[in-house]
Amino acid sequence: MNTFFKTTLCTALVLCLPLTAQAHRAWLLPSATVLSSDDAWVSIDAAVSNDIFHADHAPMRPDGVVVTAPDGQILQVQNAVTGKYRSVFDVQLPQKGTYKIATASSGLMAMWKTEDGERRMWPGRGEKANPADFDKMVPKKAKDLEVSQFSRRMETFVTSGTPTDTVLKATNQGLELVPVTHPNDLFAGEAATFQFLIDGKPAVGVKVTVIPGGMRYRSKQASIELETDKKGNISVTWPQAGMYWLSAIYRDDKAKKPAKTRSGSYVATFEVLPE
Amino acid sequence: MRSRWLVASSFAAMSLMSINTAVAGDLTVSVEVPSLDVAEYHKPYVAIWIENEKGESTNLAVWYQLEERGQKSEKGEEWLKDMRQWWRRIGRETDMPVDGVSGATRAPGKQVVSFTEGKAPLGKLAKGNYVLMVEAAREVGGRELVKVPFSWPAAGEQSAKGSKELGEVKVTVAP
Repeated sequence: MNTFFKTTLCTALVLCLPLTAQAHRAWLLPSATVLSSDDAWVSIDAAVSNDIFHADHAPMRPDGVVVTAPDGQILQVQNAVTGKYRSVFDVQLPQKGTYKIATASSGLMAMWKTEDGERRMWPGRGEKANPADFDKMVPKKAKDLEVSQFSRRMETFVTSGTPTDTVLKATNQGLELVPVTHPNDLFAGEAATFQFLIDGKPAVGVKVTVIPGGMRYRSKQASIELETDKKGNISVTWPQAGMYWLSAIYRDDKAKKPAKTRSGSYVATFEVLPE
Repeated sequence: MRSRWLVASSFAAMSLMSINTAVAGDLTVSVEVPSLDVAEYHKPYVAIWIENEKGESTNLAVWYQLEERGQKSEKGEEWLKDMRQWWRRIGRETDMPVDGVSGATRAPGKQVVSFTEGKAPLGKLAKGNYVLMVEAAREVGGRELVKVPFSWPAAGEQSAKGSKELGEVKVTVAP
């Protein structure tokens, strides 16, 4: 194994570890995104699969899902069930306006080797890191120590009545999408503009993949590959109506110490309606 | 023979009169709700509105389910979003029901509604080009949008035909 390959493998591992879900494709699929009812509800599927929106691999645990109401209030998900291939939960929309249904995390992680050459990592696989433990758990002089700052976010948006934009404001943590075009006002044949931010600043060169749902019924991925411009913007023209999965990956070396690299992953589901 | 002619002509006069009352407004819209031979038929939701050259909309009529088991109910609002263009342009910004705009769903046949310039819901119309928009969405059926351009205050009649969910849509301008 040459050094280059080792390094890339290592980097790939580091990138993937907190993003285990993204190794396959994780998604939230709302039953509807535009609602007119006075007592509106949506049902959300959450799963990890290869084919977009076909639950055939593993469920995504709904535990970390946070629903933000138009007025900023945090709502509880209801009727959550985890099955073999997917989780399902309901969200009641008691107010008019736009809701964000999201799961997000960020933090530090480290990989190193012991004197015997064994690989170690913090936090361990499947563990949640407490940032306060960093000093205690990570040996600063270890061999091949790589500390990185990561963020991941997965979300979707639904609107009851008039679309609002309070939940669309950036949290300025990690990699985020800030809609310029409202995410519940997307139509086939029209272009939508979205901006990406990393820790609140425009994220340049973010690699974005947009894939229409219904993958099982075609032979191609039919993915649209984009990269953010100097302002962190992308523009997508929706080829047809349907549900779309958007995935973005970003990485730079502008991390806060002690991290050397900063990476972010972002996934969202958007519904595009026919004209 | 003679009396028969009389009867016939008085019938003609009567139907003429009823037509006259029907087209009393400055803007008269006739919408044909087609009768469809389908296993499960529900009367369509229909929205009628006009758009000016700037793309500004005026909501004229929305026919949807206003009752449930004989009681007034907002339950039928659940499907208003199926009239997708109306929902995008007007519905989602509007608190339904609206007096003089909301109405019950209508049976198949020619449905005529008229509006008076300067009065709600049409309001004052500036001189210019408009498009009459009629959108229908039917439960377990399809959706269709028919557009008919017209000018105000140019007297005349314009029409267009839908393909499935709407028949002829006609706008008569008589200022």
